[in-house]
Amino acid sequence: MSQDIALQVNNLRVSYVTGDQEVKAVDDVTFSLYPGERLGIVGESGSGKTTLALALMKLHKPPAYIRGGEAILDGGDILALDREAMRQTRWSKLSLIPQGSMNSLNPVVKIKHQMADAIEAHERGWTRGRIAKHIGELLGRVGLPDSVAEMYPHELSGGMKQRVCIALAIILEPSVIIADEPTSALDVVVQRVVMQTLNDVQEQLNAAMIIIGHDMGLMAQSADRLAVMYAGKMVEVSPIGSFFSDPQHPYSQLLISSLPSAEEKRELTAIPGSQPSLLELPPGCAFHPRCPLAVERCRQEIPLLRDFSGARRAACHLVEEQGA
Amino acid sequence: MFFVVVILAATLNFIIPRLAPGDPIGAVLEELRARGASTGGDAEDEIVAAYRARFGLDQPVHVQYFRFLFNTLRFDLGHSISYYPQKVEAALLRSLPWTVGLLAISTVMSFAAGSFFGAMMAWPRAPGFMQRFVPMFMVLSAVPYYLLGLILVYIFAFVMRLLPLGGAYSSGTIPQLDLDFLLDVIRHGILPALSIVLTSVGFWALGMRGVMVTVLGEDYLTLAEAKGLPDRRIFFGYAMRNALLPQVTSLAIALGTVASGSVLVEVVFNYPGIGWLLYNALRSSDYYMVQGVTFFLILTVAVSVLIVDMIYPLLDPRIER
Repeated sequence: MSQDIALQVNNLRVSYVTGDQEVKAVDDVTFSLYPGERLGIVGESGSGKTTLALALMKLHKPPAYIRGGEAILDGGDILALDREAMRQTRWSKLSLIPQGSMNSLNPVVKIKHQMADAIEAHERGWTRGRIAKHIGELLGRVGLPDSVAEMYPHELSGGMKQRVCIALAIILEPSVIIADEPTSALDVVVQRVVMQTLNDVQEQLNAAMIIIGHDMGLMAQSADRLAVMYAGKMVEVSPIGSFFSDPQHPYSQLLISSLPSAEEKRELTAIPGSQPSLLELPPGCAFHPRCPLAVERCRQEIPLLRDFSGARRAACHLVEEQGA
Repeated sequence: MFFVVVILAATLNFIIPRLAPGDPIGAVLEELRARGASTGGDAEDEIVAAYRARFGLDQPVHVQYFRFLFNTLRFDLGHSISYYPQKVEAALLRSLPWTVGLLAISTVMSFAAGSFFGAMMAWPRAPGFMQRFVPMFMVLSAVPYYLLGLILVYIFAFVMRLLPLGGAYSSGTIPQLDLDFLLDVIRHGILPALSIVLTSVGFWALGMRGVMVTVLGEDYLTLAEAKGLPDRRIFFGYAMRNALLPQVTSLAIALGTVASGSVLVEVVFNYPGIGWLLYNALRSSDYYMVQGVTFFLILTVAVSVLIVDMIYPLLDPRIER
């Protein structure tokens, strides 16, 4: 694997198993993440975004099981690691900014202890003084006063808690940060500021970051590349600029036309229908029942995510045929 | 608040024994008759009158009430009727160490063991056999402890003759602080303590398991795991630490009701504690003793709840002092 890839995910499949039924929440997902890059992953609820994030940290809980694939970080497949090795990898190489930052901090433990235990768990051999200094410095970096270290989570506002989570995520300077809807619990004003803070610390660290969410506006401001998930599959991966100017996959096109735009005055369109149940996926392309451009081939053959024109990838027969 | 509770409780405490059938002086007379001391007729009436005057029972009820309330608040609990002239406080103080020793220790032991087992039963990475404890704890928590006590006495004391049948120490020994006496007390304490621990451990374990399951679903547990913390740290510092909070409240109440709830254990094991004292006082309608014991029990509940109220903010910073 070449050195300039921070995380390479190949053919990752995660299933939820209930009784004798198996639901493929993440189905054959492959992508690369480059150092310093921000990759946005968008999709509807239930499209497998959060399952993907948790599986990458091996935090998925039964009935979710990894059914195959690999995730190569620092030259090794982290999905093949045993419990103890995975524990050591978590946070030192791969950290998480959780979805529910409101409840992500232990309510009965001071912030400084919750930050310190992440360092202590990885046996860096730091002295107490050094840990305290590091915590103070990190809090400063995310725009919080030192005094926050002595506080309990209930004494902080939602935005402050999320900043604490950001500071926590970079405490061991990981090479990959996974931010799972980092701002969805915050109001729009705070969202913007927190997102800015997150982007700043990520740049300082030159860490690669996966931002999961469904706020296209936020993605447009933050992400360098955007991956779209639909029914457990990645259907398009494109640099952010070309994604918005020239979306390839019909689903991406519909997504963008459903967004209000400041520049042009046009009718907003909704995507007809709703995402299919993962238990009863339609044959062929999972999107074809809602796709205005669907042809016979879409109903029979599952399209693969293919490279075309430069850095862009899409999983659509039509795009493929046009490109060919 | 604390005082309102205490006074209200003391009032009920005054009324209820007086509503119950039976008459303390009558009970004393019974005893005198049994010893063949009473002659009946006028002399008996005189004795009754003298006794009633002595204990203030000839006064109107409201006078008795205010006198009782006033004295109680000064911790003057009066004289026992059936063991006259012994003071109620003296009898209480004599029984107290036994009850505290037996019940407080076994309750705390069962709280600690139950909470730990309960937490383990909910912990997904605990050894598999932990799950097998669930039905066992359910059965145990459904057995009344006096029944378990009787069974234990039958097996260990009667059939196997390993441990004494009852009492707090061997009759004939003089209570003193030396090793022999201490061992004797422990030997006598094992069965009653075991019956309390075994029957209450299930309550703590099942309660803890329920809270623990909820806590394990919290986001901060996911983050703790994502941080790469060792399992031990997540279990104690994150999961158990939070799941214990509601348990501690229950512990305060349990400690307060320990003495009253143990009446039957002390009766079964002939253990000279507060419960035993209350049982005997009730049998002889000894108003003052009953009032004294129950007042004391109320006070322990109120005080232990007060203490927990005061230390709770240290355990849970979200509760303001």
